[in-house]
Amino acid sequence: MTTQVNKDLTYIKIGTLEDFRERMGRVIRLNQKEIAVFRTTDGTLYALDNRSPHRRGGPLAEGMVSGHFVLDPLYDWKIALDTGQVQAPDSGLVQTYPLQVEGTDVQLGLTLEQAGQLGLER
Amino acid sequence: MGAKRQKLVLIGNGMAGVNTLEHILKLSPEQYDITVFGSEPHPNYNRIMLSYVLEGSKTMDDIILNSWFWYEEHRITLHTGTTITAIDTQQKIVTADNGLTAAYDRLIMATGSNPIILPVPGHQKQGVVGFRDIADCSVMLEAAKQYRNAAVIGGGLLGLEAAKGLLNLGMNVTVIHLMADLMERQLDPSASAMLKAELERQGLHFLMEKQTAEIYGGERVEGLTFSDGTKLESDFIVMAAGIRPNTALASASGIEVKRGIVVDDYMQTSADGVYAVGECAEHRGVCYGLVAPLFEQGAVLAKQLCGVQTKPYEGTQLSTKLKISGVDVFSTGVFLDQPELTVIRKQDDWKQQYKKLLLKDDTIVGGVLYGDVSDSSRIQQWVREGTAMTEAIYAELMGAGGTVLSAADRVAQMADDEIVCGCNGVSKGSIIKAIKDNSLTSVDEVKACTGAGRSCGGCVPTVSHLLQYVLGDEYAGQKTKTGICGCTDLSRDEIVAAIKEKHLTTVKEVMHVLQWHNPEGCSKCRPAVNYYLGMLWPQEHEDEKDSRFVNERMNANIQKDGTYTVVPRMYGGVTTPEDLKKIADVAVKYDVKMVKVTGGQRLDLIGVAKEDLPLVWEELDMPSGYAYAKALRTVKTCVGQQFCRFGTQDSIGMGIRLEKTFERIDMPAKFKMAVNGCPRNCAESCTKDIGIVGNDGGWEMFVGGNGGIKPRIAELLCKVKTDEELVQMVGAFTQYYRLTANYLERTSEWVERIGIEAIKAEVVDNMDRRRELYQDILAVLAELKEPWSTALEEQRESSYLFDAIQMK
Repeated sequence: MTTQVNKDLTYIKIGTLEDFRERMGRVIRLNQKEIAVFRTTDGTLYALDNRSPHRRGGPLAEGMVSGHFVLDPLYDWKIALDTGQVQAPDSGLVQTYPLQVEGTDVQLGLTLEQAGQLGLER
Repeated sequence: MGAKRQKLVLIGNGMAGVNTLEHILKLSPEQYDITVFGSEPHPNYNRIMLSYVLEGSKTMDDIILNSWFWYEEHRITLHTGTTITAIDTQQKIVTADNGLTAAYDRLIMATGSNPIILPVPGHQKQGVVGFRDIADCSVMLEAAKQYRNAAVIGGGLLGLEAAKGLLNLGMNVTVIHLMADLMERQLDPSASAMLKAELERQGLHFLMEKQTAEIYGGERVEGLTFSDGTKLESDFIVMAAGIRPNTALASASGIEVKRGIVVDDYMQTSADGVYAVGECAEHRGVCYGLVAPLFEQGAVLAKQLCGVQTKPYEGTQLSTKLKISGVDVFSTGVFLDQPELTVIRKQDDWKQQYKKLLLKDDTIVGGVLYGDVSDSSRIQQWVREGTAMTEAIYAELMGAGGTVLSAADRVAQMADDEIVCGCNGVSKGSIIKAIKDNSLTSVDEVKACTGAGRSCGGCVPTVSHLLQYVLGDEYAGQKTKTGICGCTDLSRDEIVAAIKEKHLTTVKEVMHVLQWHNPEGCSKCRPAVNYYLGMLWPQEHEDEKDSRFVNERMNANIQKDGTYTVVPRMYGGVTTPEDLKKIADVAVKYDVKMVKVTGGQRLDLIGVAKEDLPLVWEELDMPSGYAYAKALRTVKTCVGQQFCRFGTQDSIGMGIRLEKTFERIDMPAKFKMAVNGCPRNCAESCTKDIGIVGNDGGWEMFVGGNGGIKPRIAELLCKVKTDEELVQMVGAFTQYYRLTANYLERTSEWVERIGIEAIKAEVVDNMDRRRELYQDILAVLAELKEPWSTALEEQRESSYLFDAIQMK
């Protein structure tokens, strides 16, 4: 696994640009954890926990993407892709992760703590 | 995390306690480290809805209020199946039955209540239960499978709900009541008599004014003896004679207890740092057994614990609603006639309705409703506020004489804190504030901004009246023009016309050219526009998967845990031993959680992992059953002429033919058909989009039926003589619906909007038009491909839709 350390974040390669289609989320599985990666129409990539903050949970990756928001596929909550903030009238927060693109590689940024929790070596 | 958090311990993982925690987490999420102890092995569930679980209209899963994940997410330590047995109020430590201990700074007791088990001889025999928790509910569900005769002791709210539940489960149920009237603590004799008559009509038996003296039998109960010497045979007994606050722990720990745990107006008990909330608490001499007080108490307690200024809790005015389908009963305040009260009463035995309002010196002090309870929230408000009776209120409620209040006047009179949307707890005041502060002009905007009207939709008329009230004529002006969703002002017809006229072919183009406010639309308009494009340009339009709802994109139904269900096509509900074997093998191999027979005569494999979907489809090697789609779901059939002695037509053959002909085509909404071989109608044509009934001389075709949220009986469209004519008629009707319905509009709504006569004129009377519609739909049908095999082919090139990217 390619890793790169930058400002206390560990970046790991999760795929290349063509692995992520516009407006169609994709799940990245890191051990037990699932992260949903979205690519918006303007080409921006976002990574969030693949878990709705709705009290009954459920995945996010299958949600419809509109602009820089994803619409929760089970409960239709509107969630901002950049901040993970659930939009009014609902409320909640989804953990987001930084992504960076190097050439065509897409890399996911994790803090050392997060990487440790997921059992990823440096 | 800065300052050290205080320790908060909650004893009792039920609605009262957890509701308090939810308030605390909102007010001051960082203040406490929270630990919860619960005796039951479940996360917090909605105890009020146990009646629905028993009745079968909800599952256990449906009534869970806080998932395991919720506790995790809020870093709450949860010990289920763990009962606290001691509180050391000096050392501030609690100890559990399994030896666990926890120290607290603040302690909330929410231990609830227990059903009263009458101490008559024999009460400890097998087959005698209370009705209080999920475990009781499971015992009752099991009992109904094995035993036949049930007795319910207690004709109060809980007893009647339990009795109705057992009746629905197929038991023969007798309710035994000590008093002369059912629900005498909530209803007056007139309403009580109407209730009893209705429940008898539904099949319950009653023994009134009977006192149970003994429960007899061997190890298991066999019957009851009453104080008058009479007997009732019974092999299952539910005690629903009332509840008693669960105070054992409090009194053993030296906390002051009378009937309940004594609390002050801030829910504080006699011990320092210990609070009580809900059914276990006694406030100003009253122990409550209903849900409303527990929420009010929880809100006060949470503020108290978070150091937020709060008004003291001053008690709750109670009102009651019975939760039995088809029986609407309501009461509030003083409900019994008394000499010093003025009583206004209206009883209508034909419509089975009863209304009563009680006045003390012109002030409204109570009310009872039976049959139609739509006035319940207003009566509750009048009683709470001590409103004086006026001509206007009289006219409004009793519907005679005086001036009738307009809807706008009525909302004007509502108090600001009155709850408009009960599902999401939104008050009149907060809706008005939202309308003013954010310049809202439509019901949809109010929905989006406040949540009011978003769940059951029952309050939408009130929300609309509130808009009218705040905006006056401006609102009326707005009402004439509403877009299909918040993203556009254009109506369905305007969008469809523009797509045709400007020859727009992609969702993006439509939204761009028609100047959507929200450039990429929302979950309402994206699938709608995608459908209209496909309907208008069947050859040209390329289906846009990113504008499909997840189920249609995945060709399977997503479940709340992210797994899917798979329903293979089984034309006309007919299968073969070979197919059944194959389905069984796949179900075993992929470890599906359940195999269920659906309402539409199909088999549903529930709980297939997303990655396994292509493998399951490949091994089944059957066409998709479209259980996920806005398309023809199923054609339900009866046995018909082939085998049935009553059959006059080959219903199975016709069902299979129709299903094979019309499957896969996109529709505005899901679409169901049924074919019956005779008028006995075993396959239930009257609740289908198209229901066909065979008779000796041909077929009758009914349309616009629905068995769902808004049931509707199908109307006769036409009678035809031959099979060919029938298939053509079905095709023409379906195509006309495809062309003219709003997206998501079922035929039941569409038939009412367009009118059956207009549809007859187009589809039945005009032969040329019928032929044209039929040819058009055949042309579209000819181009369609089976979606599972198509997905499999695509998947061989790229597994994008199904596979996660696996790291490490």
